[in-house]
Amino acid sequence: MSEVVLTETESGAVADFSTDKQTFQVPWGKAMMWFFLLSDTFIFGSFLTGYMTVRMSARDAWPVPSEVFALSFGGDPIPLILIAIMTFILISSSGTMAMAVKMGYRGEKNKAFWLMLATAGFGLMFVSMQAFEWTKLIVDDGVRLWSNPMGASQFGSTFFMITGFHGLHVSAGVIYLIVVARRVKSGFYDRTRGNYEMVEIAGLYWHFVDLVWVFIFAFFYLW
Amino acid sequence: MAQDSGQEHPISLYFGIWGLLFVLSFFSYMVDYMNFQGGLRWTLILVFMFLKAGFIIAIFMHLAWERLALKIVILGPPVALMVLVLLMTYESNYTFNTRLEFSGASTMQPTHH
Repeated sequence: MSEVVLTETESGAVADFSTDKQTFQVPWGKAMMWFFLLSDTFIFGSFLTGYMTVRMSARDAWPVPSEVFALSFGGDPIPLILIAIMTFILISSSGTMAMAVKMGYRGEKNKAFWLMLATAGFGLMFVSMQAFEWTKLIVDDGVRLWSNPMGASQFGSTFFMITGFHGLHVSAGVIYLIVVARRVKSGFYDRTRGNYEMVEIAGLYWHFVDLVWVFIFAFFYLW
Repeated sequence: MAQDSGQEHPISLYFGIWGLLFVLSFFSYMVDYMNFQGGLRWTLILVFMFLKAGFIIAIFMHLAWERLALKIVILGPPVALMVLVLLMTYESNYTFNTRLEFSGASTMQPTHH
């Protein structure tokens, strides 16, 4: 019998996967959040692939996002300006979230609390602007799930499904962040020895929401 | 749990990535604003998109510092989505050509806003 020698014990995936007890050397909450996000990746991935399919197979011309989502402030319409602002808001929120995780691990509860509230605030701003965008599209431009005056009728269904599902994620994230932020402030994580990994796990979710927006922005608005 | 999974990284790193994401977002907006078209537009969109996504996943979501086993499990399965995209490309081209053949070219006159 020859002896099996696992050389990369420090970071080796082979050793991790062949272990008797535990494969992922992270807290279970973090592993579960990652698996949830992986499943969410498939949901959004399928949405975007479905959008690609109907756009590529549409006979009528696809509405030009640059024009559809232009806004004018008195003067000439500026292309995609609202979407650009929403993108910057979401990136700002990712930054404050990263800081909150950092402060949580440092034990600076007050800072972590306010940074998480700021993140939730950015999230609310994002959803409000999305509500504004939807209203403009439905009321002013007459975009429906089944038709629109600007071009291919599939535009409405893909737009409302994809951005709606993303907006739902942002809204849920705002609630989630507020709950965790309150627990940070009240010292809940000191009492439950759950410590501040919970902030990092909430952060994973929030960064994922930003990540999905990167893809929506590229494929739906810019393409 | 014995292992330290707490992710502690210098704050300057976060600020750096934060700034970088702003710059990259600005560039992707400029792709539209400068009205680049065709291959150049699509290439730029994809480059900026993957750079932004990469930095968010690697740094903000700390995946760069996780063990290889977790990285494989997170980054491996989405490859299946790429296969789906490839398959649906063929499918939609087929649908498009069938529509042209049986219904002719589009006669819709879009109204612009």
